[in-house]
Amino acid sequence: MTTHATATTAETITGFITGRFPRAEIDPAKDIFSLGYINSLFAMELVMFIEKTFELTIPNEELSIDNFRTVEAMTALVDRLRPAVTTG
Amino acid sequence: MTDQLTALDRATARRFVDEHIAPFADAWDRAGAVPEEALTRIGEAGLWAPFLPPRLGGSGTDMVTLGAIHEEVGRGCSSVRSLLTVHTMLAWALRRWGSEAQRDRWGPELAAGRVLGAFCLSEPGAGSDTSGITTTARLDGGAWVVDGVKKWITGGQRADLFLVFARGPAATVALLVPRATPGVTVTPIDDMLGTRASMLAEVSFDGVRLGPDALLGPSGFASGMVLTGTLDLGRYSVAAGSVGIIQACLDACADYTSRRRVGGTPLGELPLIQAKVSDMVTDVRAARLLLAEAGRLKDAGDEATLMATWVAKYFASTAAARHASEAVQIHGANGCGTGYPVARYYRDAKVMEIIEGSNEIQRTTIAGEAYRRQVP
Ligand SMILES: Cc1cc2nc3c(=O)[nH]c(=O)nc-3n(C[C@H](O)[C@H](O)[C@H](O)COP(=O)(O)OP(=O)(O)OC[C@H]3O[C@@H](n4cnc5c(N)ncnc54)[C@H](O)[C@@H]3O)c2cc1C
Repeated sequence: MTTHATATTAETITGFITGRFPRAEIDPAKDIFSLGYINSLFAMELVMFIEKTFELTIPNEELSIDNFRTVEAMTALVDRLRPAVTTG
Repeated sequence: MTDQLTALDRATARRFVDEHIAPFADAWDRAGAVPEEALTRIGEAGLWAPFLPPRLGGSGTDMVTLGAIHEEVGRGCSSVRSLLTVHTMLAWALRRWGSEAQRDRWGPELAAGRVLGAFCLSEPGAGSDTSGITTTARLDGGAWVVDGVKKWITGGQRADLFLVFARGPAATVALLVPRATPGVTVTPIDDMLGTRASMLAEVSFDGVRLGPDALLGPSGFASGMVLTGTLDLGRYSVAAGSVGIIQACLDACADYTSRRRVGGTPLGELPLIQAKVSDMVTDVRAARLLLAEAGRLKDAGDEATLMATWVAKYFASTAAARHASEAVQIHGANGCGTGYPVARYYRDAKVMEIIEGSNEIQRTTIAGEAYRRQVP
């Protein structure tokens, strides 16, 4: 995984969150649950968004709160689950 | 070439419903049960869980088609559609969240309808407020122990496998509980207003011990998603069933008003009657489109399906209740008697406004979407 790809993953996830909550100030280390409005509907949307966008399935054992707390954690999760991409 | 299962679509479902369900729905409604023979036939037609992959006995039916199938069933009989709804919720949750072993254990049984599923969330003291449930699931030496009472469980009288939501050690957990487990007691609830043949029950769990493999999906923060996802499928099915009710009202009214005359004129020629029927025509199309949109988004794995499904269910269920009321009105005294199906549609439609998120919860959630961009 190249740094470029990782940066894109983080930007994509941040874009999804701020698309939903434009007034939220999100940096990669921000605990999104501390924002106070993450309900089960948004949590499910977030998981579906990640699975669809990055073409992966998040197994039950990876569905822990720590993997979704920050954009950084979600990016690391995506990098872990995405089949190794061979870049030229 | 094509086997019967892969050919499942709206047309096959419609034929099945017209032959095996609709003609008997009023009798089942009065008897307060769908007979075993009909449940078996539904299994033979591959309708219980066609969205499961062929490996698990399904036919890999897409969600748009599933919506059309549930609409057709709902057009014929909301009680059967309700049984299909809760079975679908369990089977879908199994496919989405189940381990390999759980899927192999239950998938083929659910697909064939040899095992019927039910969904246990509501309790005597908690309905809309799902965080208020008091049923508990605790771990005891590797085993799960469930205690509590679930109420208004569709299909509970007949189901073999319960998907039970309970307060777990960290958050709400979902557990698969076979009916035959010691400590499970089923008490029928009869004489409901609507979906009278859907065999409701109160199901109590008294020190019910289950193996670790009873847990469906994660147990931590994400366990709430099992509930969110399962309810989403239930809502989709009820939206579909509501579209079916509107269609049934329209069919019944078009037929009745062509034949019934007042002062020598067929009812259907009166502008006030035409106004009601034209609204049915328009709303059934609109509701069907909203449902299909939600289905397409599901098939694409698009998270926007969640809100699309809330909107489809809200629109379709309120339209069904409105039009079923007008359908009775149009039929006059005949609408209040047993000779026509519209009284049943009226009673069933009311239920659609309460289950899988009542109207008020629908509106609150949809309003939340409207204000999302203004948060915080
Ligand atoms: C025929 C039938 C079949 C059912 N099948 C099942 C089943 O298979 N499994 C299952 O788990 N449950 C089932 N239920 C239960 C159903 O899910 C609940 O009835 C529903 O969630 C509403 O909960 P409640 O009845 O406790 O009403 P309450 O939650 O007590 O609500 C009462 C009224 O207050 C309104 N209200 C509640 N909260 C708010 C709010 N915050 N703001 C404004 N208004 C509010 C509601 O909309 C409703 O009009 C079934 C119910 C029926 C009637």
